[in-house]
Amino acid sequence: MDEASKTVTNEQLSEIIDLVKQIHGFDFSDYSKASFKRRVNRVLMVKKLDFHDLKHLLVNDQAFFQHFLEEVTVNVTEMFRDPTFFKALCHDVVPYLSTWQHIKIWSAGCSSGEEAYSLAILMNQSGLKNKSFIYGTDINTVVLKEAKKGIYSLRNVKSYAENYLLSGFKGSLTDNFTTLYDAATVHNELKTNTLFSVHNLISDTAFNEFQLICCRNVFIYFETALQERVLDLFYKSLSPHGFLCLGSKETIRSDKFKKKFKPVNAKENIYQKIES
Amino acid sequence: MKADKSLIDRWKTSEILLFGGSAGAFKILFKAVSILQPDLNKAVVIVMHRKKNYQSEIEKLFSLNSRLPLKEISDKDEISPNAIYIAPANYHTLIEKNGHFGLDVSEAMWYSKPSIDVTFESAADIYQGKATAILLSGANPDGARGMLKLKHAGALTIAQDPAEAEMPEMPLAAINAGAVDYILNTDEIFDLLQN
Repeated sequence: MDEASKTVTNEQLSEIIDLVKQIHGFDFSDYSKASFKRRVNRVLMVKKLDFHDLKHLLVNDQAFFQHFLEEVTVNVTEMFRDPTFFKALCHDVVPYLSTWQHIKIWSAGCSSGEEAYSLAILMNQSGLKNKSFIYGTDINTVVLKEAKKGIYSLRNVKSYAENYLLSGFKGSLTDNFTTLYDAATVHNELKTNTLFSVHNLISDTAFNEFQLICCRNVFIYFETALQERVLDLFYKSLSPHGFLCLGSKETIRSDKFKKKFKPVNAKENIYQKIES
Repeated sequence: MKADKSLIDRWKTSEILLFGGSAGAFKILFKAVSILQPDLNKAVVIVMHRKKNYQSEIEKLFSLNSRLPLKEISDKDEISPNAIYIAPANYHTLIEKNGHFGLDVSEAMWYSKPSIDVTFESAADIYQGKATAILLSGANPDGARGMLKLKHAGALTIAQDPAEAEMPEMPLAAINAGAVDYILNTDEIFDLLQN
């Protein structure tokens, strides 16, 4: 097999980005290029397509586009990813959150819901379940269906058990699930305080006012200019003194927003909105 | 294999030095960072297979031993010459067109995140002939694809001699893929780094 024919050039990548924007209304032009290119090349490889096949399918096949969207937006996630982050959240943020009457939390770019349910479990363990509500949003309807179901393979849930313990929570992670054969379903009492819906960080506006926004490992796919636009959206979506959590390797690069958010925990990239 | 003039010339014109390694590579890298001179004129990127959730002491150990500033990569960090960058665990590290690193949490490759292939392939896109890649000891074939792409792009590709590697599979896979310009033992690698 000729490897070169199965990968796109930078010009072809631009063509695909333009085409997806015009036909499907999704704008990937400010996504980090190297990573996006790799995702597109991966679709070509897995589906055994060349550039022209890909263009044809993107124009003519709506079902293929959903698949493409799922593949190019990375949906790898886990529960209690980065236990040191969840520890910091409990220690540095939860005491502050508990002073609010209602605690609205936004898991932005929630994929199949693992992070949103981790937050639901955290709020439950902190005794704040009854006054908290968690919104999970993503651009991808396929993964949102999974999130709404809250059913994960028992094997996956068991693989998150170490994260859970390292995060310092009581009992075991599986205590929060009802298991049947190989399926583990998030307890209903945890699901009642969650809502999952479609939201596009790039093109949609603020839809609520939150005390906490978790958007971890999403910014890595955005170029800095796009990060700044999304930071503006988050700033507008936070209540006074609300908290923003980015991924363990993501920081606020924009000088403008460095002035609008103060680091609460610099190592874990937890920020608090400063009122101007 | 003796270091020839072409090897030295290509090394000297490289703007980036890429290291890939897994089991058996730590000791070699530990010494390598102590040899690199502050006026190297290259950025150094180290991609080593690492365990997730394991707060490793690698950065600290390497820092003590290095005359160049050394840091674990964060997303969108700028790539500067005369600095050593270490790929973080649980992410793939890519090199972006505008002289920055980019990170990615997509699926592991060869059970590894970071993947050597991912970093090397993106480096080939950006640096083409102006890169030197050195693949060290390791127990799986990660890195071979990346080395091949680098070689096709004109980069200088070097594998540790499998005969002396603690785990020969990694350099051997790259050699068998036809991705390697020079097979060097560790002393020859250290000699080159001092040039």
